[in-house]
Order: sequence, then structure tokens, then C-alpha cells
Amino acid sequence: MSYFIVLTLTGISAGMIYAALALALVLIWRATRVVNFAQGAMAMTTTYVALAVIEATGSYWIGFVAALAAGFALGAVSERLLVRWVEKGPPLNAVILTLGLLLVLEAIVPMVWGAQIRSFPAPFSISATDVGGTFVALSPFNLFTIAAVLLVMLALLVFFRFTGLGLSMRAAAFAPSTARLLGIRVGRLLTLGWGLATTAGALAGLLVAPALLLYPNNMDAVLVYGFTAAVLGGLDSPVGALVGGLSMGLALSYIGGYMGGDLETVGALAILIGVLMIRPHGLFVRMAERRV
Amino acid sequence: MLEIEGVTVAYGGVTALDGVSISVPAHGITAVLGPNGAGKSTLLSSIAGLVRPLRGRISYRDRVLTGMAPEDIVRLGISLVPEGGGVIGELTVEENLRLAHMWRRDPSDRGKALDEVMALFPPLASRRSMPAHSLSGGERQMLAIGRALMSRADLLLLDEPSLGLAPKLVTLIMRTVRELCAKRGLSVLLVEQNARSALAIADDAVLLSSGRVIASRRAGELAQEEELRRAYLGY
Amino acid sequence: MTSPVSTLGGRVSWLRLTLLRNAVLGIVLALVAALGLWALDSINPFAVYQLSTVTYIAIAAAGLTILTGLNGQLSLGHGALMAVGAYATALLLKRYADLNPAVVIAASMVFTVGASLIVGVAAARLRGPYLAGATLALAVGLPGVAVRFSDVFGGDAGTPVPALTPPDAFSSVTQELWFAWVGLVPAVITFVVLANLVRTRYGRDFRAVREDEIASSLYGIRVARTQILAFVLSGACAGVAGSLMAYTSNLAAPGSFPLTLSLSLLAAIVIGGLGSLPGAIWGAFIIVFAPDWISSLNDSLNLPARVSDELPLALFGAVFVIAMLVFPHGIQGGLTRLWRWRARLRASGSSRGAAAGDPT
Repeated sequence: MSYFIVLTLTGISAGMIYAALALALVLIWRATRVVNFAQGAMAMTTTYVALAVIEATGSYWIGFVAALAAGFALGAVSERLLVRWVEKGPPLNAVILTLGLLLVLEAIVPMVWGAQIRSFPAPFSISATDVGGTFVALSPFNLFTIAAVLLVMLALLVFFRFTGLGLSMRAAAFAPSTARLLGIRVGRLLTLGWGLATTAGALAGLLVAPALLLYPNNMDAVLVYGFTAAVLGGLDSPVGALVGGLSMGLALSYIGGYMGGDLETVGALAILIGVLMIRPHGLFVRMAERRV
Repeated sequence: MLEIEGVTVAYGGVTALDGVSISVPAHGITAVLGPNGAGKSTLLSSIAGLVRPLRGRISYRDRVLTGMAPEDIVRLGISLVPEGGGVIGELTVEENLRLAHMWRRDPSDRGKALDEVMALFPPLASRRSMPAHSLSGGERQMLAIGRALMSRADLLLLDEPSLGLAPKLVTLIMRTVRELCAKRGLSVLLVEQNARSALAIADDAVLLSSGRVIASRRAGELAQEEELRRAYLGY
Repeated sequence: MTSPVSTLGGRVSWLRLTLLRNAVLGIVLALVAALGLWALDSINPFAVYQLSTVTYIAIAAAGLTILTGLNGQLSLGHGALMAVGAYATALLLKRYADLNPAVVIAASMVFTVGASLIVGVAAARLRGPYLAGATLALAVGLPGVAVRFSDVFGGDAGTPVPALTPPDAFSSVTQELWFAWVGLVPAVITFVVLANLVRTRYGRDFRAVREDEIASSLYGIRVARTQILAFVLSGACAGVAGSLMAYTSNLAAPGSFPLTLSLSLLAAIVIGGLGSLPGAIWGAFIIVFAPDWISSLNDSLNLPARVSDELPLALFGAVFVIAMLVFPHGIQGGLTRLWRWRARLRASGSSRGAAAGDPT
């Protein structure tokens, strides 16, 4: 396999993980106009929960489901109890609140489970797939990663586009006051939105843990990349999250592969600045939305 | 049926409504008229729950509305059509309409209600899958009123439905409101700058100025009172 | 707002009076602080060292509070700008070891101003979360440059900075006290300059653009220029702070400028109150001393190592969360509200206070 193709395939797989985190950030931004800086830490926490469940039950899949459920609960509870109070005020207050939440989670998790680096199982093989004699640089686990994220995105797309609840949520996000006038319980839907978003984040945490290993800070870099991906694609656009995530995955893979690992973050910076200079609202600009 | 008692509303130092008391009867159109800044829109916002009065009480069919959240007031059968229609531009016409029916949690009635609205407003039917921001002013008003009908409201609060519309459309909208009122036994509280067209279809009229009730009469009587008309309604 | 009919002469002399007043106030406060530090040094030299940290963090926070609080541009990258100042100092001293600290600090500031100009121009078109994202990437990415070009910057280990020793005239002064005194000078200058700037046309322009960009540009304010100026100004502060940091920690290394530094600066200005210069000082105090207070709390309760190790961080985070829930306007805002509430209580005693009610 040529080096370029190897880098491309690994880039795509990593990119899907960044896309999942970016999607979580986008969903929350659309619903509540808050950037959830604690998203990475939340995903890390749910992955620890998964590990605990896996060790207790011996089944990866039960742990997988537990993580997603925990993600939903964590997101919903955070919105209802904490973020709700800063949604209306100056945006910086929400930033500090979520940063505080990040610190709290990154401190409480090691209090419960210890700070040492743990390994996390992958449900499928992580070695290159044998396709009739040649080895493709995409392992079964990579394929699962790509498929899982795509599936979740598809499910969310269907949910938002074709269900009544999804319609209500879109309305609550675009025009909350008007939605209230139509009888829609906006508050509950925002809580639901956070729950769904954090579930997507939990998926990212599960998918990245086998390679990245599990420790309290493991999602910090992923948060930065996911945030960059979301901003690249445009914070209002779930499609942008996917494109942004893939772009980040590929770009970081190429930069790391051809120019040296330490330049990854610098490269990400350069790309971000470059794109934002041309399109200050991200690649997928929507028409200016007036929030009622 | 709708009792507004001694309502005072103030925004940061400005008193928008000052001890307003109005009694809106069931069935029929009550016009709320007055010059700019009279507090007419604030009155509707207070009823709908968007604004909380400093003093006073609003009750509908003996249920106290003041202090209730807007989404709960909707469930009592009251629907506010805000100024400009308040349509959600990013959603399609059909989505806007479906949305208004969501709270009823009755999917079987939804299609029926939708068909009724489409039949009433043919331009909406032909644009059902288009985003609402592509509609003209008149179509947006139709959509807004259609939304109120979707929620099966008994009391419609209309905030300047004729604003920015050509005279022909104004007549059409007003006539539609009148017919709906008669056919479905609705009650309508109609805030209007365009006093003439409002008085033409209203049963009762209330004249507001600077947050106070100046007069409250049958619509026909108010239309006759030259001094009031000239002083407050500009004609 | 000032009357448009005031004469130019009148305006200038009024300004000069405020400048004079602030300068005198600043000098007096600085002298008091200097004396206080001298006294403290004999009791608790470590606290004095921490206070020297507070002086430069306060400088960085002051610049950031103007940028974010007054001008509305959210920057998550000021730690990186401090790094620019620190490395400028380190590299200058590597080349010219005997340069006067005042010259070094000033030169580092100029370097950082240059870097801020570049970033500011790039950032001028960005708003809200997009600006946050770009500055976040700056905070995370810039230290990586130092690692990549390690022959110039010293890589992970960084570039050492010679100690700032007191000159012969002050030979009895300890190192920590000297750091603190040296830090006070640029701190006073910074605060006096900023306090005055806030009252000039520039300060008004910063606020105007934050409130309503479109209206500001219609009124004749050049929005992009205002944004860039604010950014450069805050960058200058960060540069000075970084330089002082390099001097007091004897090192300029990537590890000294993690993302948490930028986030801590942000926390400082939020806790102190956005746009408030006194708040910047409060905030600086808190973020420097809080970890210690929390640790000492740790020691008094007997907790397993696992818990006590993480307690400072947990409580720090909890402080952020609680501060935002309880004091959305920061400490300075809280104090202002307290003041107003007391004033209202007094006033309602005399008149039949028919308050129009809080429109929120």
C-alpha cells in the first residue's frame, strides 16, 4: 500500500471520530447557542462508565450501550441543571461554565477510577484487513468506526427531517419564542437536544479509546480537533461537521505523516485560519438566521 | 370570556400599559385600535404570556393566564399571530403548519387540519414544500393565520395582520378573518393600525392611547364618532 | 456621553486631569503595595513570589478584559501571546545577556505587538465562536512551533532566562521581593494607561462596536481598525506579562503555556467582571491563589491520595460553575449590584419608590 493511501485511510477513520465530536458540538450550538467545551470530558467520562460495565458484565456491547445511555443522561442533566441558567446571558458565561464542567469531570473521574492509563477494548480486530492476499490499511475496527458514525448521522438526519419531534426541535432551535407561541415546550426539547448531542460525543469517546488509550485527559486534543472541525464546517451545519471532521482527519494525517508529528496542531491552526479568512462563518454558510 | 383587569405593563422605565381593563366577549371580532405606541401589541403579548404584567390579571374562561408560560396558554386554546406573521423561515410551509398542531399529540387530526388550511388558502397549498422565507408578505400572513387554525384555537390574537400588505390583500385577509369567525365560532382580538378596515369587520372596538383605554364601544358606534376618529385614528 | 458641543481645549484638559489623577492614584497604590510586600517578605516569602505572579497575570488579564469585556472579542489564545513575549525575552537575553530589563520588556512587548497585529488582522473578520475556535487553535498550536524549531527555541526543554537579580543598590532585597517590585512598575503603567484609554474615544469605539457593529460603522467608526487596535493592545499586555513570566520563572518553554493558561486568564476576567479593570486584579488574585487555598483545604481533611490529588482541580472547576450560576457579572459586578441595592434601599426610605420593575 502506498504511504499516501495508508495516510488517507487512517485519516478518514480518525476524521469520522472528529466528525462525531463536531456533530455533538454543532447540535448543542444549534439548540442553545452554546459551545460545550466539556464535550470531550463528557465523552471521556462515558467511556470510563463503559469500561466499568464491560469489566462487570464481560460484554463489550453492553458497555457500549451503557456509554451511550450515560452520555444521553449526562447531557440532559447538564443542560437542565446547569447550562439552562447561562443560556440567556452573555456567551462568555456559558464558556466558563462548560470549562468548569470540564475541570470537574476531569477531576472526579480519576477520583473514582484512578488516573493511570487504561487500555480499552475494541470490538473488532485493529490490524489491517486481509483482502485476498493484500493488506488494506483499514482494519475491521476502522470500518466499524466509519460505519457507526455514518449510521448515527443518518439516524439523526432522519430524526430531524422526518419526525414530528425532530421538527419541533428544529423549530425550538431556529426560533424559540415563536415555537413557544405554537405550544412547543422549548425547554424540554433543548434538554433532549443536549442528550442526543452528548450521545454522539459518547460514541466518539468509545471509538477513539482503543487507539488513544483511556486516561482523564485523553479527549482534550480530540476536543480541539472536533471544535476546529465544527468551526470549519460552520457551527450551524451537521453536514459541515462531517466534512469538517473528515478534512481535519485527512489533513492531520498528511501533516503528521509527511511533515512530522509535532506539526499536527500547527497545521490544524494554519488550515483553520486559512479557511476562516475566506469564509468567516465556516464552509457551509447558512443564510443569516434571525433568532426570534 | 377574556377578562383583562387593571393590567399594567412596564419595560425598563416606560409604562406600556397603564391599568387597562377590557372585557372581550366570546364569538366575534373585537378590534383594538389606537395610534402608534398605544400599547396594542403589548396587550396581545401580555395575554399570550410573552410579557408579564406588573399589576393586574388576565383570565380566560375563568382560568388565570397571568404568570403562565406561553406554551401553556396555547394549550388553553389561545393563539397569537405576531406582527409580520412570525413564520419560521427555515422550515417549509407545510412544516410550519404541522408544527402548530404538534402540541395536540393527535396525529390522526393533523392531516385533516392541514387539508382544511390548504383549502382555505390555496397559495399555501401550491407552495407547501417551499421554505417559508420565500413567501410574500401576504402569503406569510396566510401561513400565520393558518398556523393559528392548525392549533384549533378558540381565541385568535392578531397583531396588525394588514401591515405592509397591498389593499387588495388587506381586504382578502380581513374578509377571511370575518368568515372564519362566523363559520367556526371563533373569538378574535384584532390589533390594527388600519382602523377603517378593522372597524369594517369588527363587532366591538376598544380604543387605546398611551397605554390607557380611551373608549370601548360597539364597532359601528366608534366608526360614527368623528372626534375620536380624528384624534386617535387619523381619519 | 460627552456633549458634542464641548470645545477641543476643554476636552483635552479634562483628559489631562483624569490622566494625572489616575497616575497619582496608581503611584500611591504601587508604593503602598511595595511597602506591604516588603513587610510580607519577612513573614512569607512564598506569598510574595505568588504576588509577583499576580502582577503579571493581572497585566495580561487587564488587556484581555479590555479586548473581551469592552470590545467583545473572545480570545482563547492569549496564553500563546504571552509565550511570544516570553520567548522574545529569552532569545534577546541569549544574544545580549546584559540588556537592561526595562529595555528587554519593552522590546518583547514590541515583538508581541507585531504578532498580535498579524493575529488581529486575521481575527478581525471573525465573530463569536469562530474567533474562539481560531484563538483556541492558536493556543494549542503555537507552542508546537517552539518544539518543531527546537534549534532556535530550545524544543521541549525551552530556553533558559537569566535570573533577574536585584542591583547592588538593593542588595538586601530578596529575589522574590525584587520580582514583585519589578512586576509592580509595568502593572501600574498598564492599569493607568488602560484606565485612561477606556475613557477616550478609543474606549467608546471599542464598546460601540461590541454593542452594534452596523450602527457603529454607519456612525463613522472603522470597525476593522477598532477590532485590530483592541487586539493589539491586549497583545501588548500579554507580551509584557510573558516577558515578566520568563524573568521570574527563569525559563521560556512550551510547557509553561498550555491551553489552561489561556483558559485561566479568561476565567480571571469573567470572575472579576468583564470589562472591569479592578476586576482583572481580583481575577488574577483568585486564579493564582485558589489552587493553594484548595490544597490547604485538602491537607486539613484527611483524604485518600486519589481524591486529594484531584481535589484542587475539582474545586477550581466547581468555582467556575458556581461563579457563573451565582455571580453572572463577576465579583466586580456583584459588588456594583450590592452597592446599587444599598443605594436603592436608602432612596426608597425617602420617596415612595414606585420602581418600574426589572424588565428581565
